[in-house]
Amino acid sequence: MDGTGLDVERIRADFPILTRMFGGKPLVYLDSAATSHKPVQVIEAEADFYRLHNANAHRGIYALGEEATQAFEDARGAIARFLGASDPARLVFTRGTTEAINLVALGWARPRLGPGDEIVLTEMEHHSNIVPWQMAAKATGATLRYVGLTEDGMLDLPPDLSDLFTERTKVLAVTAISNALGTINPVRALADAAHSVGAVVVVDGAQAAPQTPIDVDALGADFFAFSGHKMLGPTASGGLIGTRERLEETEPVIGGGDMIREVFHDHSTWNDVPFRFEAGTMQVAQQVGLAAAVAYLEALGMDAVRAHEAELTRYAIDRLEAAGARVFGPESTTVHGGAVSFWYRDVHPHDLAQILGEDAVCIRAGHHCAQLVMRRYGTPATSRASFSIYNTVEEIDLLVEALARAGEVFAV
Amino acid sequence: MALDEIYKEVILDHYKSPRNKRELPGAAHTCTRNNPLCGDEIGVSANVVDGRISEVTFQGAGCSISQSSASMMTESVNGTPVEEALGLAADFRSMMAGEVEPTEERFGDLVALKGVVQYPIRIKCAVLAWDVLQEALTGGGEASTAQSH
Repeated sequence: MDGTGLDVERIRADFPILTRMFGGKPLVYLDSAATSHKPVQVIEAEADFYRLHNANAHRGIYALGEEATQAFEDARGAIARFLGASDPARLVFTRGTTEAINLVALGWARPRLGPGDEIVLTEMEHHSNIVPWQMAAKATGATLRYVGLTEDGMLDLPPDLSDLFTERTKVLAVTAISNALGTINPVRALADAAHSVGAVVVVDGAQAAPQTPIDVDALGADFFAFSGHKMLGPTASGGLIGTRERLEETEPVIGGGDMIREVFHDHSTWNDVPFRFEAGTMQVAQQVGLAAAVAYLEALGMDAVRAHEAELTRYAIDRLEAAGARVFGPESTTVHGGAVSFWYRDVHPHDLAQILGEDAVCIRAGHHCAQLVMRRYGTPATSRASFSIYNTVEEIDLLVEALARAGEVFAV
Repeated sequence: MALDEIYKEVILDHYKSPRNKRELPGAAHTCTRNNPLCGDEIGVSANVVDGRISEVTFQGAGCSISQSSASMMTESVNGTPVEEALGLAADFRSMMAGEVEPTEERFGDLVALKGVVQYPIRIKCAVLAWDVLQEALTGGGEASTAQSH
């Protein structure tokens, strides 16, 4: 047990990939913000679906088909509840956060926005929470406005948050936790201010869902997008949780089988929410796998997960700074989630990541799909170490040792 | 080849003491490109006299591979006929694709970059400067073919 209530040794035993060796060295995986590894419980849940329950969901009128549908819909209920939505119909399954945000931008925002309307974003957003809004703005004549960043990696907010919005603000799109800086944003306060002018609040929960307790309603999210593969689940799992009202207003953006009620020669009528957004055969086995991931996280307790992330983040910031690295993002772990972006002396992140890779230490190097962040801090790229429930302080020690080796190669 | 060999002295030497890294005001051929994967940026400027590169410089920021490759490139094509420089660019790409076993006679210092072949994601870093050179030299003969994306 570490000091936070997680039995990390026991957790690690559930992750088969962590036993792999590279060049005789054990895998030190510090890139969970990109994608997390999967416990055997998730791998088995997905495999069991294929072994025992596979049929197309919502179609087969035979016992096996009913089982598949049941497993899929049980997964919907469990995942929605995990994120605070007691009504399973509020969860639209998608391939992940990107597809979820695009559904909102295309299906909800585009039919409603017009010239002069405003979409408020932040410079901290992942490209997946910028580009769909740029496309929506271009299509509708709406205007994009950005909340800037402070030197220490926080949103640069006015004392009165209502100053961020006007009568013309229709959308606030904001990340709950930055993938590039680790910053935890005050989503509820922003949402309250946005709601006071009637704007709809779209929350990118890709980084928050794996590491903090989430209650979408307490957060003030009209839409909450998340990715299963970052929270111990399979790739192509995840979804969008909306309020019933906003989902009812949302137009389907992909037409096809199962999303309709009736099809005529010249038009069709839509199936109910959320099925009208789920055309074609869905990621049934993957969402069933995500339900197992959610069960795994629930058994650990998300408060304990968050405490573990905070402990690793505190340790990493301190060790990296002591080693001479410049750390981007907030100093305090009360507002800094489990990702630490840094620049080590004069070693370019690409060079650093490659040298660390020789020691089987896996970090991310690049712009992290957040070029506005990189531009804000005048750097083309950063190195990023990010954590999950299976990481240890010893792995951060190995990171720092590998940094020293990179420093020797570059003699800096 | 071990990693340390990639960062052998010649690469680090070019990275830390880049050759021909300066502006070339009024250059007839210029082009700037970046590698969207990592944000590395290379700009190449060249003048051509009688079909021969009379002067070539680069500017930019990035990792040791992209910057040393640019530095070595300027040394290897300076003073050569344009056709020869373009041929070397093609050969360099073949080397990076693992299709050609590089010789020092043909590639000089650039041989030091052959270890990059083992790291596919970084091949783009090594090739960037050559793409920019080719674009600068063949960009329709305009005074400037600067492009950024």
